[in-house]
Amino acid sequence: MSQESNRTAAMLEVRDLRARIDEREILRGMSLTVNPGEVHAIMGPNGSGKSTFAGILAGKDRARVTGGTATLDGQDLLAMTPEARAVAGLFLGFQYPVEIPGVGNLYFMRTALNAQRRSRGEEELDAVDFLELAREKMKLVEMDPAFMNRGVNEGFSGGEKKRNEVLQMAVLEPRLAILDEIDSGLDIDALRVVARGVEALRSPVRSTILVTHYQRLLEYIVPDRIHVMAAGSIVLSGGRELALELEKKGYAWVDEEAKRGAFGAPAPVAP
Amino acid sequence: MSDTIRELTEQKYKYGFVTDVEEDRIRKGLDEDVVRLISSKKQEPQFLLDFRLKAFRHWLTLEEPTWAKVHYNPIDYQGIVYYSAPRPRKKLSSMDEVDPEMREAFAKLGIPLEEQKRLSNVAVDAVFDSVSVATTFKKKLADMGVIFGSFSDAVKEHPALIEKYLGSVVPYTDNYFATLNSAVFSDGSFAYIPKGVRCPMELSTYFRINAADTGQFERTLIVADEGASVSYLEGCTAPQRDQNQLHAAVVELVALDRADIKYSTVQNWYPGDAEGKGGIYNFVTKRGKAMKGSRISWTQVETGSAITWKYPSCILQGDDSVGEFYSVALTNHRQQADTGTKMIHIGKNTRSTIVSKGISAGRGQNTYRGQVKIGKGAEGARNHSQCDSLLIGDRCSAHTFPYIEARNPTAQVEHEATTSKISEDQLFYCRQRGIKEEDAVSMIVNGFARQVLKELPMEFAVEAQKLLGMSLEGSVG
Repeated sequence: MSQESNRTAAMLEVRDLRARIDEREILRGMSLTVNPGEVHAIMGPNGSGKSTFAGILAGKDRARVTGGTATLDGQDLLAMTPEARAVAGLFLGFQYPVEIPGVGNLYFMRTALNAQRRSRGEEELDAVDFLELAREKMKLVEMDPAFMNRGVNEGFSGGEKKRNEVLQMAVLEPRLAILDEIDSGLDIDALRVVARGVEALRSPVRSTILVTHYQRLLEYIVPDRIHVMAAGSIVLSGGRELALELEKKGYAWVDEEAKRGAFGAPAPVAP
Repeated sequence: MSDTIRELTEQKYKYGFVTDVEEDRIRKGLDEDVVRLISSKKQEPQFLLDFRLKAFRHWLTLEEPTWAKVHYNPIDYQGIVYYSAPRPRKKLSSMDEVDPEMREAFAKLGIPLEEQKRLSNVAVDAVFDSVSVATTFKKKLADMGVIFGSFSDAVKEHPALIEKYLGSVVPYTDNYFATLNSAVFSDGSFAYIPKGVRCPMELSTYFRINAADTGQFERTLIVADEGASVSYLEGCTAPQRDQNQLHAAVVELVALDRADIKYSTVQNWYPGDAEGKGGIYNFVTKRGKAMKGSRISWTQVETGSAITWKYPSCILQGDDSVGEFYSVALTNHRQQADTGTKMIHIGKNTRSTIVSKGISAGRGQNTYRGQVKIGKGAEGARNHSQCDSLLIGDRCSAHTFPYIEARNPTAQVEHEATTSKISEDQLFYCRQRGIKEEDAVSMIVNGFARQVLKELPMEFAVEAQKLLGMSLEGSVG
């Protein structure tokens, strides 16, 4: 461990993570290392465990962790509450952002930011300063200011909800952003806007994990590494070219290979 | 649901302290002599004694109503003390003469009685065990012709107004609890706003129950003369006691032609402990009569009491009059609330709006009961009702009983209702953004109640928001 941290310290370090939902094993030895400034994409067919993995890192308690470790900047993520993980700098962009009726969007973001700042012993932002910050960030995602006083995601279209996720990411400035299918349900224009927002937030001190089913998103956000998940673990890793190969051969190819045990992972058991 | 939410809804009542003041109390029990004794202690004119006696005799013929969806142990009406007043009570010439114990009690509740410490735009009548102990800004209001102070003082100083309007909206025969109140009420607030006067500040009564074993029976009467307008606030707390205490108040509002009355309540009586021991039984009759072109608006935030039985209503007598009812009722632990409104449309083109938000947590029972009645002559009457329920946890319940009776074919009556739960997904979403679970619950609940909270005057809205969060501490289980 000490030799490693003498080199580049990994931001996220996941080792042999295993998890179940009810009796079904969803993650079967998932390992991943993300260094500061890197953008990784996790691809894979439906049911391969991508979203469960994202949820577990953020502390969603539907899945039960049965083995392995996950650290963010050396802190044991799995021992922390979801809010403590957020304070430590982990942000999850939701595949299906929830609506919170009557709670103003701007108010929600300020409450979140100030909760994090307070926990870190930083000064809270008052309404005026926050409004200024939010206005600045809204430009990134070309968000209509009218959305700010509506309830959180209340009556937002699919695309607006996703923009709102990226806006929250911009406001909270996380260390590690995990964007779960941020591209699903977006038309090409919205996709472009969302991708531009994410690109603009690229920084040497921030890492991003894109969880996606399609390689379309990767035309707009070019990742440093691409991983393919199948049956609860990463079975292939590579650069940009891997996405293109997948596009050509389809996930069926990965599935077939996985079932044959070609990647060394155990064959999935039908539920 | 999670432990945090459970802890959150199990928070303690903050206002449970008892103040040590000497009381002038009469013996327990109720008979005609007690009614006469109360009247004589208050040196009342004959008409008022007659009113009380008629009410008492009528009360003897009534049975306690059982139609509400609340369950409680039978009330022993002979085990209650019907008159208790802090003593000594000489006539006060300035606030400095208020009993220091009492002044301290109100200061603890955040209601300083010294005018210079008050918010400059709120006049307060402080009622302690059903007796008004102090009224601030009386003089300033009098300069504009506004009468505001204790009911007892008004009986002495403005008997004609009292005789004219007392019982004009809630007659002494109205219902079991209102009739009881009419017989034994001890004090309360009175306000009169003269023709065309816009009351320059918020009027407010703060009710505090202190004495043990006593019933609390206040009477509030507000009259807004033609073209007048007033905003009135009512707040209440009580000490934490193991015994249940009966509170049966009556509020009457009279809005003459083109007048405007806004009546806001934040009710925070002691709700009893987590097991349902103790707490206030709150059986209250509130009603307003709206004449031509006038408006009566009720806003209530009900978080306290073991039992709440309360239906602030509007009789829309005059053409073009408007009635509004905005309510948030929160029940936690073993609290039970059966609350709602009646909108009685009599005049032409009368309009009413009902927005009810019920929040149930713990083992709380929350019932909305409402009646919209459109009379034969109410051409073009309109009503819109919206009843939303929010459930927290899986041991509470919400019920809705809307009654609609339309006797005029031109009437338009709409009713909408929803029931929802605070979902794990909403909580996780908030927590993922760094917001603690209890703050998330409070935020979601406040969002749910926002439509009502925004109707409250500013200072009250902030209080009410905090109160909703606090009342839920320890709630989700």
